[in-house]
Amino acid sequence: MARREPIGPLDYTRRLWLRLWLVAVCIFLYAPIVILVVFSFNDSKRNIVWQGFTTDYYVKAAENASLIEAFANSLVIALVSTVISTVVGALMALALWRFRFPGKPGLDGAVALPIVIPEICMGVALLVFFNRVGLSSAFAYPFSLLPIIIGHVAFSFPFVCVVVRARMAGFDRSLEEASKDLGASEWQTFWNITVPFMKPGLIAGGLLAMTLSLDDFVITFFTAGPGTLTFPVQVYSMVRFGATPEVNAASTILIVVTVILTVIALRLQRPEKEAAKLA
Amino acid sequence: MESWRAQPAVFWAFVLPGALWLLLFFIAPLALIWLLAFGERVGPVEIDITWTLANYAGVFDPVYIGLFGRSLWVATVATVLTLVIGLPVALAISFAPARLKPLILLLIILPFWTNILIRTYAMIAVLRSRGFVNFGLEYIWQLGTAVLAPFGLDEAVMGARFVPLELLYNNTAVIFGIVYVYLPFMVLPLYATLDRLDRSLLEASLDLGAGQVRTFFSIIVPLARPGIVSGIILVFIPALGTFLISDLLGGTDSLLIGNVIERQFKAANNWPLGAAMSFVLLYVTFAILAIRAWVAGREGGLGKA
Repeated sequence: MARREPIGPLDYTRRLWLRLWLVAVCIFLYAPIVILVVFSFNDSKRNIVWQGFTTDYYVKAAENASLIEAFANSLVIALVSTVISTVVGALMALALWRFRFPGKPGLDGAVALPIVIPEICMGVALLVFFNRVGLSSAFAYPFSLLPIIIGHVAFSFPFVCVVVRARMAGFDRSLEEASKDLGASEWQTFWNITVPFMKPGLIAGGLLAMTLSLDDFVITFFTAGPGTLTFPVQVYSMVRFGATPEVNAASTILIVVTVILTVIALRLQRPEKEAAKLA
Repeated sequence: MESWRAQPAVFWAFVLPGALWLLLFFIAPLALIWLLAFGERVGPVEIDITWTLANYAGVFDPVYIGLFGRSLWVATVATVLTLVIGLPVALAISFAPARLKPLILLLIILPFWTNILIRTYAMIAVLRSRGFVNFGLEYIWQLGTAVLAPFGLDEAVMGARFVPLELLYNNTAVIFGIVYVYLPFMVLPLYATLDRLDRSLLEASLDLGAGQVRTFFSIIVPLARPGIVSGIILVFIPALGTFLISDLLGGTDSLLIGNVIERQFKAANNWPLGAAMSFVLLYVTFAILAIRAWVAGREGGLGKA
């Protein structure tokens, strides 16, 4: 019989108390979400004790036109703001990585600012700003989503910038020089040399931006105009009204969508990593 | 790194979109509420900038000072709890076998991909008086009563009937919610520093006769300090400004500064006061970041000496 190796002094992960701690923390993190998902199938309006299995509340959520509209809006906001944040953030990262210029420390600090300040401060500032500029009610749907998208880009592109810049730190600039020596233009070099190297950073940054957008409540809450339906704000008002299984069903759908999008993004990123290992 | 003058067109193409976005949709809005904090309401929506200090004075009203005090207290307790819960988790991940590391890390980050509102909402079903914690406690009570009944001790020890704990709609619920929502923010920076830790230092400490506890407090904790500081800041700042968690899980006596700011801008419609409060919150945030930079600078200086 194979004897297990005795636990070494530094094998912290094999110590029982630490394992129990890890399991307890995972239960703490997952139990509420699992309960939420399970109780979306509960055949009880008050939804306190389990009454029986039903998918009625999914049907109800699917028939709830404003909820569907809010859901679609939130996905549009997430997609558009992800694309803009990825481009803007990556360009900013390239500027900070490649160039020396006056005022660089200032710009560096300013880009980090949206990451560190409390969300509510940014939320109320955008609320007042859009209100004063007249942007909060200037457009008809779907352009009424614009203030929310602008807000989401403002807090997520700095994250993309950080991620892409970290990726570019490992870039060998002689590759660009070689490309130019061989007759490629600035544009060709950028497109054929810099961008492919940047790609894992772009995917990771874009994924982060999308997660931040889907996860956000505060900025959306403050930037959404009076007639604009978004998922978090819609669910918020449903929760305030009462915790019904319908809220659970709607939340479960968002969780599933987020997980699927994340898995797709991770899949897209993986071949990149394998290629990097081979290279 | 090249000078921007070498390729001005490329430089501007890179820098302008981000810089303009930041200026227009971040700096300008903040500047606007900075101005509003010195304004007076002259109509339902009109505000004149009169450079009055009345709004800042209003923030220092005892009621709001109490709210700031409570927010600081709640954020501090929640941050300490995330640190105490998160440090062993980070330790366990960084000492886990290489193939398990990404998996456990993913397990910790995964809940973070769920909308904050949904996670906060999920807490309600756990904490309410007819929630899962109380169901668990009631089960234990029934079990205890059943065991003690033959000895006639059931009522004396367990009480005549089960009284559910009031876990929701108070400060404890808010602290619980903050710990739940922001725990990954603490674990990730802790893991990042612990993972880079030089193992031989721990071995040396253990070889030289220090126990595990002493090694933990005299070697691991000091070396993990940068991660601990980052984690504390990443949890403390959002915790201080939270309004959703306290709005859904807190009661009437657990309003935090975030809730009051939200009210000034939505229901109460007193923008100048709300603007002043936001800026006090911002100044507190900047003070925390400045202290951190100062401490880091001093430690860097000592390290070189």
